[in-house]
Order: sequence, then structure tokens, then C-alpha cells
Amino acid sequence: MPQITVENLVKTYRVAERPEGTFAAVRGFVRPVYRTVTALGGISFTLERGELVGYIGPNGAGKSTTVKVLSGILVPDSGRCEVSGRVPWRERIAHVARIGVVFGQRSQLWWDLPVADSFDLLRDIYAVPAADYARAREELVAALDIAPLLTVPVRQLSLGQRMRCELAASLLHTPDILFLDEPTIGLDAVSKLAVRDFVRRLNRERGVTVILTTHDMDDIEALCTRVMVIANGRILSDGSLDALRARVTTERWLLIDLADADEAVSDPEAEVIAREGARVTLRFDPTRTATAALIGRVTAAHGVRDLLVQDPPIEEIIARLYGAEKVASG
Amino acid sequence: MNLRAYLSLFAARFKMLLQYRAAAIAGFGTQLFWGLIRVMILEAFFRNGAATAQPMSLAETITYVWLGQAFFVMIPYSSNPDPEIRNMMRSGSVAYEMARPLDLWGLWYARAIAARSAPVLLRALPMFAVAVPFFGMALPPSGASALAWAVAMVGALLLVSAFSTLLTVSLLWTVSGDGIARLAPSLVLIASGMIVPIPLFPDWAQPILAALPFGGMADAPFRLYMGHLPPEAAPLIVAKQLLWTAAFALAGRALLARGVRRLVVQGG
Repeated sequence: MPQITVENLVKTYRVAERPEGTFAAVRGFVRPVYRTVTALGGISFTLERGELVGYIGPNGAGKSTTVKVLSGILVPDSGRCEVSGRVPWRERIAHVARIGVVFGQRSQLWWDLPVADSFDLLRDIYAVPAADYARAREELVAALDIAPLLTVPVRQLSLGQRMRCELAASLLHTPDILFLDEPTIGLDAVSKLAVRDFVRRLNRERGVTVILTTHDMDDIEALCTRVMVIANGRILSDGSLDALRARVTTERWLLIDLADADEAVSDPEAEVIAREGARVTLRFDPTRTATAALIGRVTAAHGVRDLLVQDPPIEEIIARLYGAEKVASG
Repeated sequence: MNLRAYLSLFAARFKMLLQYRAAAIAGFGTQLFWGLIRVMILEAFFRNGAATAQPMSLAETITYVWLGQAFFVMIPYSSNPDPEIRNMMRSGSVAYEMARPLDLWGLWYARAIAARSAPVLLRALPMFAVAVPFFGMALPPSGASALAWAVAMVGALLLVSAFSTLLTVSLLWTVSGDGIARLAPSLVLIASGMIVPIPLFPDWAQPILAALPFGGMADAPFRLYMGHLPPEAAPLIVAKQLLWTAAFALAGRALLARGVRRLVVQGG
């Protein structure tokens, strides 16, 4: 039985329209005009225990709304949602005791106090038994390398340091499920790697189910075997990264380094899409032209020092998926 | 609501206040200054209006003023009732509040109690230490009066916190919350006796003030302290405080239950 079941979930918001101009603003003040925005237009998916799922989509697509419904914060308009057999917003207290949440753009730590004080406060809020707390805290402190930060007031931490502490704070009560809403936003490369590495280990070693929303495709490639893509409140794609690629495009890229940087490159079956100095990127469809044949032709015609065949980067795939969605819906 | 969580919130709040030593000293200085001004003004009034007997003597009034200064931070007096939760609402961090395995109204009530009571420790003790020996503040006339006052102060804390939690919940309906948050303190300050002691209000105002809950926030406990009300009056005062506390709690809970259903968490 799946740990998380979502069926036809719908959530709309009512937002006040604020038209431009003074006169319109006055009219809006007297009689406000409301517009209904559909954040979730009937999404469905299921998650098994121990999955690590990436949840991506453009800003305003409904990612955070989904996470907030799943974590019992928002009440949806209609649809079914069960997490570990509970309806999050109906049994909110029992539900949230077993989940951990990190909202990357907010803080759950007490701004003026040392990190350790916030941890103690969370221990009491979640009523974690002393022995369990000591063990969980020790493990988290070691895994996230935050021992030196515990005595520092939160306001003095860097974003990367704070995010590691936020992760620890959300896991002190050893939840079964972790919702990460943009945990790597604004982090530098080293902090991102630390966060990714920790999440991967948490999922592999502890079997914690993780739902990760992000705009950073490297997060997805590094961590997730399954990716759900959402746009305009609908799930466009749900599956492995490879399946997502195959759905959107079959094309591959051939990157060559020329001996002569000024040489013109062309091929009947491939298209030059980028050129930086001696490096030329060719796009081709392997179902129409064999990769080996293309390489043969290109190396015969040009002085090639080095070459590399790769899939288009995931950003490119996602951008096309969003683009196609826009055309279809707009 | 587990008790440990509340104690922990209180401890965290207290530690946080201790971090701002300058703010604590400045706050104390301000209250001392205002206390002296209020004493001088009331003294002038008493000198000029002494022909008629006042319902409260000058000595009693002075003690009343200093009690007001000592417990000023307990009253939701500033431009907003609970800046902490209000900031959470504005920034969207309120999502974290709802992701905790605690009854939300209980959590906010506990936060309000912590926010109202922790600073009192830092303000009231020094105020007593200064005002009793130097500025004419009297001690309770009897042990019974002191006990009645202490119990009524706890009642006042519960009442004030339930009221400010209700104000906090009302913020779910407005983005900035400044409107209610600015109006309410003026009403509370006047109707609780923090500006002019309630016994000195005109006769026509007395029934109105007695019908309102705000006297139980400051005036009634203060008068128990001075013996202006006998200790035997305490049970009725405390009962009235608890009744109003329950009323504010029920209203706050009902409002919160509705607010949560229509909640929009700000930003993403």
C-alpha cells in the first residue's frame, strides 16, 4: 500500500485584482474584484515508502501548494489525500508528528537564540523522549557537521550553515517522511553538495521518504530516481529522468573541439546550436542518423581534437516541457 | 498542549530577552521616567482637587501608578499585540507553526503567555527595588492582600494573553493587522486603569468599565495589592477574569478554526 496517495486534488485561491491606475485603484477599494486562481487543478500520484521524488515546475506551478496540503497546512477544495493512512488536514496533529518539513525560504529556528536552544524547544514541542532526542541529535550534528554552530545565535549563521541546521531541526523527532521545499535555494556550491549528500544518505540509510521541490536541476539529477513535473496545477510528467527525456525529445548532442577554431562546421543531418571558440555543439536525432555515422562524417570533414556525445541538459528538457504546456494551454 | 512545550517557550523567550541587555535597561529607564511624570501629574491633581474626598488617596494612587509601571509590559500596549506571530504571518513562516503537533490556538496562547510574562521578570523586580524605597510605593498591607494580589495577577496574565491571542488570530483576515493592533491597545490602556486609575473615573463611567473585561487586567489586581479592595473580593475578581478568559479563548478558537480553512500562506 502506498505511503502517500493523492487523487484529484484541487486547490484554488481567491486573489484581489488590483488594476493599474489611480481611478481603477479607487474603484478596487470600493468594490474589490476577485479572481480565482487554480493552484492545483486535480493532481494525482502515489508514493511508496522510501522513495525520493523530485517535484519540479516553474514558479507558481503549484509545488509549494502540494507540499502544504501534504503537510496538513492547507485545506484543499476537493480531492483525496492520505499520508500513512491519515488525511493531513483532518488529523493534523497526529499527522505532523510523523513528518518533517523544511521550507527553504523560511526559518523555523529562533532568530535570536543559539541553534541548540531551538533544538531543545523542538524536542519539547514534539515531546521527544530524552534518550531518543540525544541519539537523534548526536547523529544529525555529526552527519551535517554542525557541532561548532550549536552555540551560535541563528542570526549570525550564513545561509548554508543555517540550512544545515534547519535540516537537523526538521529531523530531531525522526519522522518517516520529509518534505523539502526548495532546500538548496540561494546556497553556494559546497553547501548544496552537503545538503544533497545528507538527503541522499537519509533516504538510502534510513529509508525516509523524501519529496523535494527545487529549481536546481542538479539536485534532481544527483538525487532523484523519479521526477514529477507540474505546471499550471497539472502534472505533466511523472517517471524517471530518462523516461522524461525520452518523452520530450530523442535528440542528443555531439560536442567537438576543433583543431582550427575558425573552421566552419556543417552536416546535413545535424544542426549547430552553439559555438564557443573551438567548441562546437551539434544537435542530432539518433533515430534518423546513427551516432557512429555522424561522428565518422564529422571527423572525416574536420580536424577534431576531442569529442563527446551527451543528452541535452535536463534544464533544456524541462524548458521544452514547460514551453509545450504553455502552447497547449495558452 | 503539553506543559513542557510551554515551559520551553517561556525559557526561550526569557533567554532571548536577556540577549538584549540594552533594551531591558532602556525599557526600565523609560518606565521609571514615565512613572515619575504620572506621579507628579496625579499629585498636582490631588493638591488642587483635595476639597472633595477622592475614592482613592494620593498614597494609594502613587502605589497604583508604580504597579502599573512595573507590569506595563504585560498589557498589550505597543502597536501590535504579538509581533512574533504577526511577523510569521507576514513572512509565511506561520506554515511552520501549523506543521507542529500542537493545537494551534494552544501554541499561540502559550506564546502569548511567554511573551507577556517573561519581560515582567526583568521589569517588575527592578521597579519594586527602586520604587518602594525611593518613590513612595507601598507594600501590601497584609499577607492576605499580597496573596490575593498574586492570584489575581496570574488571572490577569491568563486574561491578557487570551485577549492578545484573539487579536493575533484576527490578523489572519488582514495582511498588515495594524488597524486592530493599534486600536485595541488604546482601549485596553484606558479601560484597564493604566492611564488613570479606574476608581478616579467619573461615576457614570463606572458601570461601563465594570462591565468590560479590561479592569481585570490591571486595576483589580492592583487594588487587591493595596488593600483598596479587601482580600475577600479576590474570588469574585478571579472568577470574572477566568470567565472573560474563557470567552476570549472560545472566540479565538472559533475564529482560528475558520481562519485556517481559508488560509493563504504568503509567498510561494
